[in-house]
Amino acid sequence: MLAQFLQFLFSGITVGATYALAALGFTLIYNASNVINFAQGEFIMLGGMLAVVFTQSGLPLPAALALAIVIPAMVGVVIEKLAIEPVKGAETVTLIIITIGASLVIRGLTAVFLGKGTHGLPAFSGETPIEILGATLLPQSLWVLGVTALVVVALWYFFNRTLHGKAMLATSYNRLAAELVGINTSWVLFMSFAMSAALGALGGILLTPITMTSYDVGIMLGLKGFVAAVLGGLGNGLGAVVGGLLVGILEAMGAGYISSAYKDAIPFVLILFILFFMPRGLFGGKSTDRV
Amino acid sequence: MKKNVYKGLYLVIAILLVLPFVLPNSFYLDLAVRMAINAVIVLGLNLLIGFAGQISLGHAGFLGIGAYASAVLPTHFGWHPLLAMAAGAVATGILAALVARPIFKLKGNYLAMATLGLGIIISIALRNEAQWTGGPDGMPVPAMGLFGFELSNDKQWYWVVALLLSVSVWASLNLIDSPFGRALRALHGSEVASQVVGVDVVRYKVAIFVMSAVFASLMGSVTAHYVGFVSPNFADFFHSIELVTMVVIGGMASVYGSLVGAVLLTALPQALATFEGWETVVFGSILMLSMIFMPKGLVPTLAAKFGKEG
Amino acid sequence: MALLEVKDLSIHFGGVKAVQNVGFNIDAGIVYSVIGPNGAGKTTLFNLITGVYKPTTGEIRLDGELIHGKSPNELARRGVARTFQNLQICMNMSAVENVMVGAHLRLDRNLVKAALRFPGLKKRDAELRREAAELMDFVGLGQYVEARADAMSYGALKRLEIARALAMKPRLLFLDEPAAGLNPKETIEVDHLVRKVADAGITVVLVEHDMKMVMNLSDRILVLDYGKKLTEGTGEEIRKNPDVIAAYLGAHA
Repeated sequence: MLAQFLQFLFSGITVGATYALAALGFTLIYNASNVINFAQGEFIMLGGMLAVVFTQSGLPLPAALALAIVIPAMVGVVIEKLAIEPVKGAETVTLIIITIGASLVIRGLTAVFLGKGTHGLPAFSGETPIEILGATLLPQSLWVLGVTALVVVALWYFFNRTLHGKAMLATSYNRLAAELVGINTSWVLFMSFAMSAALGALGGILLTPITMTSYDVGIMLGLKGFVAAVLGGLGNGLGAVVGGLLVGILEAMGAGYISSAYKDAIPFVLILFILFFMPRGLFGGKSTDRV
Repeated sequence: MKKNVYKGLYLVIAILLVLPFVLPNSFYLDLAVRMAINAVIVLGLNLLIGFAGQISLGHAGFLGIGAYASAVLPTHFGWHPLLAMAAGAVATGILAALVARPIFKLKGNYLAMATLGLGIIISIALRNEAQWTGGPDGMPVPAMGLFGFELSNDKQWYWVVALLLSVSVWASLNLIDSPFGRALRALHGSEVASQVVGVDVVRYKVAIFVMSAVFASLMGSVTAHYVGFVSPNFADFFHSIELVTMVVIGGMASVYGSLVGAVLLTALPQALATFEGWETVVFGSILMLSMIFMPKGLVPTLAAKFGKEG
Repeated sequence: MALLEVKDLSIHFGGVKAVQNVGFNIDAGIVYSVIGPNGAGKTTLFNLITGVYKPTTGEIRLDGELIHGKSPNELARRGVARTFQNLQICMNMSAVENVMVGAHLRLDRNLVKAALRFPGLKKRDAELRREAAELMDFVGLGQYVEARADAMSYGALKRLEIARALAMKPRLLFLDEPAAGLNPKETIEVDHLVRKVADAGITVVLVEHDMKMVMNLSDRILVLDYGKKLTEGTGEEIRKNPDVIAAYLGAHA
């Protein structure tokens, strides 16, 4: 009983950490530009796929992983410069379509150049499962959780203690005011996309040894990350992390105890639930309306 | 002096009348039928997105409900296809109203997220409930018929769909220039202003959402009978995005834009088939480029260039 | 009984008491102005009375009926119209259509009849278009009838909002800073327009900073300061009131 519960909990938190990273990515970009970046999932996919490609090509692991994070970050910046900046101020639907178009391009190019196969990565520190109270925990899960926790702490420090981070926060609260005090909001936008892509890619890399990756894993991961961001409160960083973990846990619990066929539907039932009962999310996202 | 709003409609009808005699073979006729069906769906969706300014990211889910109602109810329960179609529409209407009401009472545009969730749930359910729906492989759909006369021939379907399309365009044009239509457009322009002149904002949003959902359901049923087969892909996220794209590329808040968008994006996958694996890339690029350079959509942009009204 | 009765009205936004215990009566047919320094709560008061905000405490009665807390569209049904300080124009529509929307409640809004083009509907729509064009003429925008709203100047749009409000055939019209952002010539035009509207029998409630206009037009004036009612009276009384001068008019009487 307990063992089963713990099992679901472990797998839920593990996947949840990836959702958390994706949700943070959504939050960063939403705060900087009010855009909901539907290509976020593709960064996750790119991280995993590129890590596979680079390790298979013989590069030492650290180098391969670094590239698998930097390249998606650059892709993110390219999207921002070519597709978002030119249309600043466009209608929401337009922006949504653009990011969806971007996600299609990324996914399509990946399919063409890297194939449609499924790939895995060797676990970072071995495959021997750890026994805890009857449930098994993969060492890779510890990597996922550990690195995610480190990243979250680093981000917290960045946004609350450094000048650059505070500049980004200021832009998210009031863009015009931030510009007027000399903050380079273009730079903020650029950084948000780069960081957001890097976060997603990192999540993808960490998760690949456990769940494998392929050219089309991005869609669902991205959408679920979005649900997590909304659950936490769109625009709220802490909410993104908590939301991600919650979505992962609830998904695993639901699949385990209720129905595994509907596993993928659970986050979306959750989003309807949130919208009906707590539209601003757990921690209250942004919504202003001055007449 | 008001110009004749129906000029475009006469052109559309003329094209529809001539088309079957000009098209070289049944492949093109089939394509034409699909374009017309999509055009009707897009018209309904455009009323929601373009005129009322709301975003639906799960509209294919409603298509799926209609399509599967037309498949499941006659096959497993012996219902007459027309009854099944009506049942699908009613079910869709109720579902849409149930979801829309609480969503629209909130401040802010949450419809996008709600419809995203709803559409995906529907498509997963259709895929899972294999005993009723045939699962991922889909299921065949009995022919649509009335009093013994069965619609089975491509040509017959063409005329039915052409009629549906003409009536839909006519009704849409009427609607836009009416008190109801103006209230919708005012809603998009300034919700506060429309409230202050007496528009019950929530009621109108719910009404237009339900209407566009029911349209979709009905056309889902039509597609099911026309193709003779349904599969869960019909209701998936990608299809929902395709529909939104048709609206946006053709021109939001443009009746003829809806037609252009539907025609282009129904033909596009066929045209892209030659790209062998690059279809997704090309499709995505087209989306991005058209939104960056022509955010108002084809018809309004061209109309502005030529100085006429869109 | 006065047309509008406000008793002990307050609204708190978190710690900010934007409006505190404000009370006043407005009789039908007069021009009533609300003045006060910036931040005094004038627009908030408007928003309270026109249903955009719900009061924390207090009562608002229209013709004896309690209306506080009702939504703006319900108030529209009761003949309350307003314009906005920051313009709420539907830029996606033409100028005349914006005015036609004002007549929303007076028309048959049935969607099926509209889609099927019932002849009665079409005729009434044509009549409405003529009426809207006349209203635009009344407010001095006759040459803009076929123009798109997004092609018009700020000053023109302010008058368009008034035309839209008039299309509602209201009993009570709230004008939120109709002269804000206008040059002196445009301000005089608005002054004349408000006089025309009042002469037509509509009760006008005005928020304005332009003192000349306020003194010219108003039958009674309410002075707010820091969300509280400072005093109320005729233009003469207000002008001479030392508290008002101290709080607000300063050397610019």
